[in-house]
Amino acid sequence: MTDRAPLHPGLNLGPRHGAAHEQAETVLFGFWVFLMSDLILFGLFLGTYASMANPMGRAGGSGPQELFSLASVAAQTGLLLASSYAMGMAGIALKHRPSRLVPWTLAALGLAVGFLALELRDLSGMVVAGAGPGRSGWLSSFFALVGLHGLHVAAACLWAVVMLAQLRIFGPSDAVKTRFLRLALFWHFLDIVWIGIFSVVFLGGLA
Amino acid sequence: MIRDNMANGDEERREARSYRKGFSLAVLLSAVPFALVWTQAFGRGVILAVIGVAALVQVVAQFRYFLHIDLSRQKREDLQLILFSALVLLIVVGGTVWVMADLGHRMMPGMTGP
Repeated sequence: MTDRAPLHPGLNLGPRHGAAHEQAETVLFGFWVFLMSDLILFGLFLGTYASMANPMGRAGGSGPQELFSLASVAAQTGLLLASSYAMGMAGIALKHRPSRLVPWTLAALGLAVGFLALELRDLSGMVVAGAGPGRSGWLSSFFALVGLHGLHVAAACLWAVVMLAQLRIFGPSDAVKTRFLRLALFWHFLDIVWIGIFSVVFLGGLA
Repeated sequence: MIRDNMANGDEERREARSYRKGFSLAVLLSAVPFALVWTQAFGRGVILAVIGVAALVQVVAQFRYFLHIDLSRQKREDLQLILFSALVLLIVVGGTVWVMADLGHRMMPGMTGP
C-alpha cells in the first residue's frame, strides 16, 4: 500500500494533483458528514419499515410473496453494483488516465439509469395492481423507503450529467476534480444503502 | 483534455485491483443470499441468518475496497464517524423495532409476527 496516509474517504488524488488533492480533504470530510446523516435518515425509514412488516401492517392486503419479484430485485442489485464499480473506475481514470474518465462515467450513469428503469417498472406495476402506498401501512413504509433510495439515485444521475457538462465546459480543473470525488463517494454510498434495503425488505420478505 | 499520465502505472493497477476485489466480494456476498431465497434450500431461520451475515460482510467489504476505509491508517475520523453513526442507528432503529414489536405483541397477539 502507499506510505502516505489518505486525507479523506474514497480514492485520493495524491500529491501529483497538487492543490486539488489538498482542497479535497476539507470538502470531502464535510460531504462525508452529510453522508453519515443521510445514513441515519435511511436507517429510520428502514426501522419504520421493519415495524410495519407484519400482518397488522399489511391491513389484509397482499404481502411480499405476491408483490415482490426476486429476479427483478437481483437484476437491480447487479446493475447498481456494476454502476458503483464503474464509478470507482471513473475515479481511477480521473487520477491517472483522464481520457477514460468520460466513458467510465457514462457507463456508471447508464447502469444506474437501468436500475431506476427496473425499479420504476416494479413500483408502477404494484400501484396498478392496487398495492400502492395508500393500501396499507406496510406499503406506505415500503414506498417511502424504496422511493427515497430511488430519488437519491435519480439525484446522483442528474449530478453525474452536470459533472459531465462541467468537465466539457471547464475541463478537469481543481474544483471539478473534487466535485467528481464527492460524486463517486455518493455513488458508492447509495450502493451500500441498497445492501440494507435488498437484504431487509426483499430477501427478508421472501425468505 | 489533459494528457494521460503513464508514470504511475503501478499505483493505478493496485487501485484497480482493490475495486475488482471489492466487486468480486460483493457479487459473491449478494449471490449467496439470493440463491438461498430462490431455492429455499434451508429453513427460514438459517436463510435469515445467512442474509444478515452476508449483508454485514458486504457493507464492510464495500467500505474497505470502494471507499478505502480501514483500520491501519493514521486518519481515523472517517471510521469514527461511521462507528458513531452505527451506534446512533443501533439505539434509534433497534429501540424502535423492539418497542413497536413489543407493543404490537401485547395489544394484538399473533398479528404482529413476521
